[in-house]
Amino acid sequence: MTAIFRPRPTLIGLLLLLVLVFWLSLALGPVSLPLGDTLLAGMRLLGLPLDGGDTQQAELILGQIRLPRSLLGIAVGSVLALSGVAMQGLFRNPLADPGLVGVSGGAALGAALAIVGGSLLGGVPPAVEPYLLSVSAFAGGLIVTAVVYRFGRRNGQTDVATLLLAGVAMTAMAGAGVGLFTYLADDATLRTLTFWNLGSLNGASYPRLWPLLIVTVGVALWLPRRAAALNAMLLGESEARHLGFDIERIKLELVLCTALGVGAAVAAAGLIGFIGLVVPHLMRLLVGPDHRVLLPASLLAGASLLLLADLAARLLLAPAELPIGIVTALIGAPFFLYLLVRGRS
Amino acid sequence: MLRANNLLVRRGSRTVLANIDIQLRPGEVLGVLGPNGAGKSTLLAALCGELPTSEGRVSLDERPLADWPGQERARRLAVLPQSSSLNFAFSVNEVVAMGRLPHASGRVRDGEIVAEALSAADALHLAGRSYLALSGGERQRVHLARVLAQLWPGAEGQTLLLDEPTSMLDPLHQHTILQAVRDFAERGAAVLVILHDLNLAARYCDQLLLLQQGLPHAYGPPAEVLTAEALAAVYGLEVLIHQHPERGHPLIIAR
Repeated sequence: MTAIFRPRPTLIGLLLLLVLVFWLSLALGPVSLPLGDTLLAGMRLLGLPLDGGDTQQAELILGQIRLPRSLLGIAVGSVLALSGVAMQGLFRNPLADPGLVGVSGGAALGAALAIVGGSLLGGVPPAVEPYLLSVSAFAGGLIVTAVVYRFGRRNGQTDVATLLLAGVAMTAMAGAGVGLFTYLADDATLRTLTFWNLGSLNGASYPRLWPLLIVTVGVALWLPRRAAALNAMLLGESEARHLGFDIERIKLELVLCTALGVGAAVAAAGLIGFIGLVVPHLMRLLVGPDHRVLLPASLLAGASLLLLADLAARLLLAPAELPIGIVTALIGAPFFLYLLVRGRS
Repeated sequence: MLRANNLLVRRGSRTVLANIDIQLRPGEVLGVLGPNGAGKSTLLAALCGELPTSEGRVSLDERPLADWPGQERARRLAVLPQSSSLNFAFSVNEVVAMGRLPHASGRVRDGEIVAEALSAADALHLAGRSYLALSGGERQRVHLARVLAQLWPGAEGQTLLLDEPTSMLDPLHQHTILQAVRDFAERGAAVLVILHDLNLAARYCDQLLLLQQGLPHAYGPPAEVLTAEALAAVYGLEVLIHQHPERGHPLIIAR
């Protein structure tokens, strides 16, 4: 089972798929925009003075609602998929999930603290609220991951087995914290908390988008520089060391990229499961395990898959909207089971 | 040249290796023998910096091993562990090409070296196959090709450490692989190889180190180390020592 497709055409195909899905996600919704209008309005938003029909409404929908939402989807999907690749490389296990080092649990705890804590203190000013939530979730993810990493260190080395177990324990503790806040919350806060835990690209705005976009670009530029080291890591840690790589440093970088990436994604869009697990796995089937190809392929496919899931979330029950976490779990979990069964035969 | 002076390794309060003074000379194959738990793999781990030594020092070209930058060291010292945990569907070519990661010799030259190293390990016919589809012995040969590729073509100043490279091989491949290792040493590299088969050690090694409970029991050419007394003392095994009728090296027969 090596690559079934050649790398370069596959990457080009994935890029074309992303462009197509991106356009669909701009054009489809409660108000459908024809292709021409979407293109024209997009050009005008970019500042090109084009003649033609009246696209004021399209420009408004595109610029204020759909574009930030689609960009958010691309950023969340790609950074989750990249983090999944990093964690599967770190744990040398194709079934590892980016949440394993505690970042998702920590971010959920941070968000619960902000949502419920804010309401218990008599509410925070509405202008500050979204930022408080994001910052608190991001910080929660980083802090819990740092604690997990600290537990994994011994004699100047990081033991990934301990890291994994510490991640499980800290995720459970963070879950207990979220449970406590859920218990303390009143009905309205409870609803906010629940929806946040299911994830959504709804209410995307540029101020929420920028921090995540910066982190995503950083991770997307950094991880490919470590592609060779990630390949060597799959042989085993001591083998990679004998090939000349500074493994302790690489492990720290992988955990850091994941903590920043997943933390920022969760802070911007809530908990969205299975993308980080399923996308790298699927791409490995398509292009093989070589990280020089796997990383860009996962970035493109993660973005496409999240946009598709978001399209399903907002079209299936239109005009109502499903939380995207439900859609990704509904697609991802059966697929994961299929991979397990397939791996056994 | 890899050299260990007065090496001592403790695990907790227990001394697992002591009094080790060896040097791996260019062009020589040093075989390490001893019963299970005698400290063979511990010695290899200490020699490649995997395990910190409690006393003594390991130096590569007169420079402490820990002072070498990773990549420069990897171009001089390659290590084959006893087993590998690779669980991803790389092709055989890709696995062996990882041996070229410390180098910047270019894709064309790397491709040639991968093919030559695979051929030396009698695994060239596996080149396009998926690593996961191989048998245990085939995987072992692929990893040997990988460490050979890391130092290819092998020259003075390079050192290869092998931990039981023949443990999963059929009788023919035990010989072809050790012959390939010999050829590699003849081009100038120094080799240390841990073996269990006394007759293979007698045939392919220039020097032997016989370990007993972490201490060197004998160190020298095969004919001096492989005596009935030494093997009885170390393994508790009664043997007859004959001479190979064609090659003259010691031939060990259990009584």
